[in-house]
Amino acid sequence: MSDTPILDVRDLRTGFDVKRRGRKMRVQAVDGVTLSLGESEVLGIVGESGCGKTTVGRSIVRLTRADSGDVTFQGTDVLAARGEALRKMRIGIRMVFQDPYASLNPRRSIGDSVAETGDINGTFRSRAERAEKIAETLTSVGLNPSFAERYPHELSGGQRQRVGIARAILPVPSVIIADEPVSALDVSVQAQVLNLLMDLREKLRLAMLFISHDLGVIGQISDRVAVMYMGRIVEFAEARTILDRPMHPYTIALMAAMPKPDPSQRIAGGIEIGEPPSQFARPTGCAYSLRCPLATDRCRVEDPKLRDMPDGRRVACHNV
Amino acid sequence: MLSVDNLAVSIGTGAHMADIVRGVSFEIGRGEALGLVGESGCGKSMTSLAIMGLMPENGPRVRGGTIRLDGTDVTAMAPWQRVEAGHGHIAMIFQEPMTSLNPVVRIGEQIEEAVRVHDGLSGQALHDRARELLELVRIPDAALQLTAYPHQLSGGMRQRVMIAIALACRPQVLIADEPTTALDVTVQYQILSLLRELCDKLDMAMLFITHDLGVVAQLVDRVAVMYAGRIVETSSVKTLFDAPAHPYTRGLMACMPAAGGHGQRMKTIPGQAPQPGEIPVGCAFAPRCPQVQDICRVDPLDRVAVAAGHDALCKFPVTDGRPV
Repeated sequence: MSDTPILDVRDLRTGFDVKRRGRKMRVQAVDGVTLSLGESEVLGIVGESGCGKTTVGRSIVRLTRADSGDVTFQGTDVLAARGEALRKMRIGIRMVFQDPYASLNPRRSIGDSVAETGDINGTFRSRAERAEKIAETLTSVGLNPSFAERYPHELSGGQRQRVGIARAILPVPSVIIADEPVSALDVSVQAQVLNLLMDLREKLRLAMLFISHDLGVIGQISDRVAVMYMGRIVEFAEARTILDRPMHPYTIALMAAMPKPDPSQRIAGGIEIGEPPSQFARPTGCAYSLRCPLATDRCRVEDPKLRDMPDGRRVACHNV
Repeated sequence: MLSVDNLAVSIGTGAHMADIVRGVSFEIGRGEALGLVGESGCGKSMTSLAIMGLMPENGPRVRGGTIRLDGTDVTAMAPWQRVEAGHGHIAMIFQEPMTSLNPVVRIGEQIEEAVRVHDGLSGQALHDRARELLELVRIPDAALQLTAYPHQLSGGMRQRVMIAIALACRPQVLIADEPTTALDVTVQYQILSLLRELCDKLDMAMLFITHDLGVVAQLVDRVAVMYAGRIVETSSVKTLFDAPAHPYTRGLMACMPAAGGHGQRMKTIPGQAPQPGEIPVGCAFAPRCPQVQDICRVDPLDRVAVAAGHDALCKFPVTDGRPV
């Protein structure tokens, strides 16, 4: 990891207007997220549904319009980019989506889907080169080059996700934003796809923003981990630091709730750890205070800011 | 309480017939939870629909085997026949609570409907029973929530409502088909602990179906692992995690991601599960098995007792030196 980040996100805010009972309301999906991604680094973003993790990814590639904040990719301002700069950004940062059934056009051959970005950007000098690149890319994701002639319905979920990855690495980008890329897959296939992502990261020196709700998957692949809750990062550290010794009460709750393959620890009945509050009514003070076992009066009033801890992690909590 | 013997389910006819469930047998006693674990397409959900008598018309059919509920053979009975004959004490909850609830009917009415069918109550008694069921699944302010519509509840609360409806028939057997797959981990934990608590409190037998071995480890008493339409290993949950005997079970365990994985390559099971109708002769797992022998691809399989209460459908189960 070099010192200058390849992707730098500062104070990103993205909201959506939603109509409820005839009233226009604003949901602040991402509420001031700052993070940076080093070259060939994997940064995991973990959190529960609605915490804003997907919106962070989509805002960075401008699939969703951010309200404010700065996103810098290789020195260019992404949110303001136009023309050639935007084109360059779209080749340099690519996305892998969750649902391999919904993210491939059923009427296009696998080869055409994989080559789409290259076709749009005039990457290929000849048909022969195009075919060669498609074959090479399919091989590198563990698919037979003959798949180029096939269509999505002929493929299994795992194979489709490999195609989803193939189309994100031709031409080779610098950053991949992977939004729950293995959540729709069976465990045995999930492990194959995670291994593939780790291999490609090494071979192509890819930096990756890996978004998932699954702490197991996140721990397996990430160098650093950001835990999100209601649009904000509440804990941010090296994967080892955070997963071996979680500090924020929310991270601790997530770890405790994670299913463990250990039959000697029986599930304890009657534990109520609550559910996230409504997105429309963010509590004052700390958004987690309603569920937090450590919450004090201060938490209900004063918003905790991310602060540095001696072990290098950052935590947004008054009481740790 | 529930006993399934040699259940077979097929889809299609003639040359296009494919076996989805190929001879599944298990028993669950009172207050006991059995986890049925397997990947997509292994036949685990089809097994549960067959037990419930919920086979769609013109779809897959039960071709053989018996299903006994508290000693009575209910294999050929439709759900309404079971209720009329007094064998309706079985219920099921599904993965997606939003698609199982009627979006335009208050949840109180939906619970009352189930109570009316099974208990024949009406008026205040009906209303009270509905409230009692909501309290049983630990929904706060039960009396108030009876008037809510499904969209006003969170995913976890909706799943609790589904459980309340399932409990309306005073089930002796509860089938839970991936009930927490669509939920967040913290909510999942609460639903799992609720199910365990109900199982113990109401002395219910539970069949818990999931693709996730991690989910069953802390919840169930025994586990049956399914692959390509057959149960390949059965044992107590502790034995299964301490000493898995079938290579498929071992493979599944090895490829579970771990928070402590830290960038190490993961073990995988090469290839993918066979489609129904394309299941190889001999052992269905042979093409993916790391310890396959020539004989596995030819000979039919026998169930091998690895230890008391622990058996595997494998010619060469892993026993770590213990005699078979």
